[in-house]
Amino acid sequence: MDVAAYAKLLPDITPRNKPFWDGCAAGELRLQKCADCGRYRFPDAPVCPECLSSSASWETASGAGTIWSWCTMHQKYFAAFADEVPYRLVYVRLAEGPLVISVLAEDSDDSAADSGGTSSKELRLDQPVHAVFRPRPGGRVIPQFSTGAAAGM
Amino acid sequence: MSSRKGRMRMFNANDAAVIIGAYEHPGRELPDKSLAQIHAEVAIGALADAGLTLDDVDGYFCGHDAPGYGGGWVTMAEYLGLRDLTYMDSTESGGASPIYHVSHAAAAIAAGKCSVALITLAGKPRTGIQPGGGGPARPEDDFETAIFTGAGLVSTYALAARRHMYEFGTTSEQLAEIKVAASKHASHNPNAFLQKVMTVEDVVNSPMVADPLHRADCCVVTDGGGAVVVVSREVARSLDRQPVRIMGQGESAKLTNGGKLDLTYTSAVWSGPRAFEQAGVTPQDVDYVSIYDSFTITVLEILEDLGFCAKGEGGRFVMDGTLVAPHGRLPFNTDGGGLSNNHPGHRGGITKTIEAVRQLRGEANQGVQIPDCEIALVHGNGGDLGTRMRSATMILGRDA
Ligand SMILES: [Zn+2]
Repeated sequence: MDVAAYAKLLPDITPRNKPFWDGCAAGELRLQKCADCGRYRFPDAPVCPECLSSSASWETASGAGTIWSWCTMHQKYFAAFADEVPYRLVYVRLAEGPLVISVLAEDSDDSAADSGGTSSKELRLDQPVHAVFRPRPGGRVIPQFSTGAAAGM
Repeated sequence: MSSRKGRMRMFNANDAAVIIGAYEHPGRELPDKSLAQIHAEVAIGALADAGLTLDDVDGYFCGHDAPGYGGGWVTMAEYLGLRDLTYMDSTESGGASPIYHVSHAAAAIAAGKCSVALITLAGKPRTGIQPGGGGPARPEDDFETAIFTGAGLVSTYALAARRHMYEFGTTSEQLAEIKVAASKHASHNPNAFLQKVMTVEDVVNSPMVADPLHRADCCVVTDGGGAVVVVSREVARSLDRQPVRIMGQGESAKLTNGGKLDLTYTSAVWSGPRAFEQAGVTPQDVDYVSIYDSFTITVLEILEDLGFCAKGEGGRFVMDGTLVAPHGRLPFNTDGGGLSNNHPGHRGGITKTIEAVRQLRGEANQGVQIPDCEIALVHGNGGDLGTRMRSATMILGRDA
């Protein structure tokens, strides 16, 4: 992976989103929860997309979700991902409600592929997944999703 | 579909305005022309088609992708030498923008704000730099790029396609039927970017771009442009050209709504009924459709959402030549559409409108002209099917 090109695509860490990225580094999916209507949101935002309230707390989410859809990218649209194709993207509906697009952890995990893990299998829609946290080239830890058994559940 | 002869009534204020000029740039690769120059060429082309000149124009419309200051109409109005403008609008809605512009021009004319409205679009994504219509940075990160993992526009259409397949049993072969129909139409269009007739096998054997979408499921990338002229009934009466009625129009938006999102339908479910109601017709009355075709899945979902078939039945609906002119049940995109003919500046709204005008005037290419074409529907999908989108639907009619 072209690490410099990839770094440019990642959002900067700011005071507002720092709790999210700190959570990733700690292996937790942290989401903002509206103090007024209770809605969880992703990505971070200064106001609630439901009620526009400015007050929210950061909560540790379950990390659980289901695959709403997935696709395999073959085209080299991004220089940073040119040597990653084909790669699978999963569109995950988190248990708390928000949608997240990320990659399948097993696809970047050689040991899973070697042991006949999910990367060699078809994915099923509505299949349960859970967030796992892996450092990407350059060191940023991002949430990915795994179809395997969730640790500690 | 069956026509509704003799049952059309005089409609609303929209009937105060008609389309009187339309022009599609013949070029698909224009390395030596500037973006502004293409706007100028299509402006002159559409005005000449109407029997008008730039001096007659008092309303001007273009998108934020037009070159110049601030995004919008200012620089192009200056470049075109439009000195007597009384109405200007650069409503930005991605590829659907020109359809908004035609509708808004009709509304402005009905309100007496202008009488000769020019709408232009030009783009050079094939041989030049394509300015976006995006404007300043978004207020928050988008959910699809907040932890950037290589998802782009095409991937979200692929995600929508797979979900549609999962929920309704839609197949790649059914999506391919849409490209097959477009390619047959393009083979009659000497200006089409892709003129080869494709089979279902050709489509599903083309390279994967974002599985389940193949290269042939995607629109072409072309330079070019087009323009449309909308005038008051009074101006139209002074001209020799056959007018096209603007019978009804509807607009809508379906945004990410903070993640409450379902990709198996588009905002056409709202814009369509608004347009049909205003026009006083139903999907069964429509003889021809121009449907935004950024990808085959876009067409499939929009056909369902506009009520040409039930949700989930789009795959079966498009089989057996339904979309193929001149004798299919619902011929679509008879110029070859964005899938095979032209998608100038990644914005198909103008070519969708132009081909509907050709059909209603009986000026479509030989081999694809629908006999006795009375009512046409034009639908644009702006933005991204897989995240946030805007829809504009217009019902056009042959002038009695
Ligand atoms: Zn709230």
